[in-house]
Amino acid sequence: MEKSVSTISIIKNYLDKGKTIIALIGLIIVFTILSPNFLNGSNLIIMSKHVAQTAILSVGMTFVVLTGGIDLSVGAICGLSGMIAGGLIYEGLVLNLFGITIYFSVPVIILISLAFGMLVGWLNGILVTRFNVAAFIATLGTMFICRGAAMLRSNGKTFPNLVGKPEFGNTGFPFLGTGTIIGIPVSIWIMIILVAVTVYISTKTPFGRYVYAVGGNENAARLSGIKVNKVKIIVYVISGACAAMVGLIISSELVASHPATGESFEMNAIAASVLGGTSLAGGKGSILGAIIGAFVIGVLNDGMVMVGVSSFWQTVIKGVVIILAVIFEQMQSRKID
Amino acid sequence: MSQEEIILEARRISKQFQGTRALDSVDFKVRKGKVNVLIGENGAGKSTLMKIIAGVSTPTSGEILIDNNVVHYTTPSEAVRYGVGIIYQELNLFPNLNIAENIFMTREIKNNLINIDFKRQLQEAKKYLDKLQLFVDPATLVNDLRAGQQQIVEICKVLSQNARIIIMDEPTSSLSQSEVSILFNIINELTASGVTVIYISHRLEEIMQIGDYVTILRDGHFIAEDRIKNINLQWIIEKMTGNNRIQRIESNRTQGEEILRVEHLSLPKGNGDYTLKDISFTLHRNEILGIYGLRGAGRTELLECLIGEQPAMEGSIFLEGKKITSKDISGRIKDGFSLIPEDRKNMGIFQNLSVEKNMTISSLNLFTKYTSIRKKNERSAVEDIIRKLQIKLSSPEALITSLSGGNQQKVVIGKSLLTQLKVLLMDEPTRGIDVAAKQDVFHICNQLAMQGFGVIFVSSEMQEILAIPDRVLVLSGGHLNGEFTNTAVTEEKLVRTSALDLNASDQGVK
Repeated sequence: MEKSVSTISIIKNYLDKGKTIIALIGLIIVFTILSPNFLNGSNLIIMSKHVAQTAILSVGMTFVVLTGGIDLSVGAICGLSGMIAGGLIYEGLVLNLFGITIYFSVPVIILISLAFGMLVGWLNGILVTRFNVAAFIATLGTMFICRGAAMLRSNGKTFPNLVGKPEFGNTGFPFLGTGTIIGIPVSIWIMIILVAVTVYISTKTPFGRYVYAVGGNENAARLSGIKVNKVKIIVYVISGACAAMVGLIISSELVASHPATGESFEMNAIAASVLGGTSLAGGKGSILGAIIGAFVIGVLNDGMVMVGVSSFWQTVIKGVVIILAVIFEQMQSRKID
Repeated sequence: MSQEEIILEARRISKQFQGTRALDSVDFKVRKGKVNVLIGENGAGKSTLMKIIAGVSTPTSGEILIDNNVVHYTTPSEAVRYGVGIIYQELNLFPNLNIAENIFMTREIKNNLINIDFKRQLQEAKKYLDKLQLFVDPATLVNDLRAGQQQIVEICKVLSQNARIIIMDEPTSSLSQSEVSILFNIINELTASGVTVIYISHRLEEIMQIGDYVTILRDGHFIAEDRIKNINLQWIIEKMTGNNRIQRIESNRTQGEEILRVEHLSLPKGNGDYTLKDISFTLHRNEILGIYGLRGAGRTELLECLIGEQPAMEGSIFLEGKKITSKDISGRIKDGFSLIPEDRKNMGIFQNLSVEKNMTISSLNLFTKYTSIRKKNERSAVEDIIRKLQIKLSSPEALITSLSGGNQQKVVIGKSLLTQLKVLLMDEPTRGIDVAAKQDVFHICNQLAMQGFGVIFVSSEMQEILAIPDRVLVLSGGHLNGEFTNTAVTEEKLVRTSALDLNASDQGVK
């Protein structure tokens, strides 16, 4: 008897988690009917490349939101990380004092950019924990700081033509955004690997448990011996790293970095998390859900473009979908209660 | 004893909550211009009866008479029209608004349809404050007032609604000694001016001092009523507890060596005052040490000092003879402490997680190999605890919120058992759980002591304190006021040692 109860609950659980997938499949069917080219292989790959950006951001965002926080700085971190990488390739690290310019190889540049993203995330975490600043405000502040810093880096101009020079040993940057491995774009590989790693972290490791525990009940978490501040700082660092990665991918894809890159990306990331069933109150949700949420947004965007919906309407429809999804979620959870 | 006029009478009031009878045909007479005390143990039905009299809830059957007329009201605002006002234990003020705004909330004085006349509100508020001798500016934010002053604002609010009958639900629980004597002066003045007070309290000493009449409830039944001057403490205790004695679990435990020693522990408040002052005690293996005290005595804070939740703590703690150096909770848990918090919902459980994940959250290192949690090991440890503590559930994967309060509490205890436990700190472990589960918790306490753990058992329920611990410490106003062995302790001793020393504080107040 116990067995049947748990089977039913597993099925229920599955359907519950599958809601967004069902919505995704529905959207794909609708767009396939409206535009026969929709399901064609090259279109799917293009679409996945778009989705990868939102998906990577939403992975970091979901960690933060699961602890009950929010990260508004991710879009600005995209812009800043692109500018850091772009600047290091385009003009190198100019040390005026010694009259020299240092050029780094692309892997080092990628690591430096990621480190910057993590540094901003660490700052977010410190502000939220040590200084008790509300996450919304702390990350709003760092959002402005990063965006301003990105603009300052080049005086608002674009770093163009980031192919690098063989004599400086800094070629190869475009591979990240334009290269393929076994026919699949690198950015999609990055997304897949990131998802695999973070799904593992969030479901199999003690740290993953702590993230859910902190979001569910911070007091109980502290009394259970969880280092709540440490957990919170780490999730912001993860989010910062994810954002920096996206900034790199975009700069690489365009072979140029522009300081306005990533504007309002944080909203897409939050939308993907929420569509995937993550509760902004914390403690509920999943990485996989967020990825599916990112796909819903991506399919919606690209599908509407292919069908010829005006971009103004696209924005309106996106908003409606997000609200409907949350209303649906609310009705579901009330029924369970 | 009927020479005094009865202003309000509750007749044969019953209240049924799904399945349980909170009140069973209770009679309650309230005499005009007197302090009418209502007492009973937790769960006796005091709060339910007060909510009915205040119009917050409606009785399943029975009637209420005011001035000998049957009245029907179903909301607090209707009750106010009959002159019945209530002051809750948890004050219901808006800390972000000033005194005058709080007093006239929803009954604002306006000079036209929409415009609040702040000036007149302040003047009116001042009148009430003066009357109760609280000499502060009525434009002061409530947040800036001390607990006792906030209480007086609540009384002003009720008076401004022309209340003739004021219900006070444990009004002294968050007050200091001097604030209590100020409150008592106010109550005396109110009753002298013809206002009737219904007074609910756990503090028996206080009741003997302020009350005129006392009504006793037990398990939802009316038990007795009398004039305070005709009775004594012993009588109240007997009527309150009746045959409700909790059976002591007899076991041939022999006390082991010392496991915990606390020396000169103090917890400063920051304003020169102390929440806890110079507490020293020891705990042994195989021993259950009870800590008794009224609300505000510092029971919870003492446990918080031990678990590392109060960084401002002064003094030393020795565990197995070694001085504790860890500063935070995770360090103390590693040392061997674990706390079962009083407020299970807000401090104890993770409502978003399953039973299993709730239980293992403090001990995941036991099941983790390299980086991942080994499901199998985790599950077998959880099932072991479920068996040992007899937790009733459909599956370890069920959400903890699907369990009854008692079973949730067992999961929280299980969480502690999975740590490297040496000393278990239990803060009101039977709060909000049913009778059968209470017995289980007592058995678990006993089992743990048999296995060699040290158990600290904090409770405000006298019966529990008399039955469960081997030794009892009594806290009062942050001081360690008494220590008794199980054989020596009586209700009366608990009442006497836990009471605030009102006489001592009276000297500090004019």
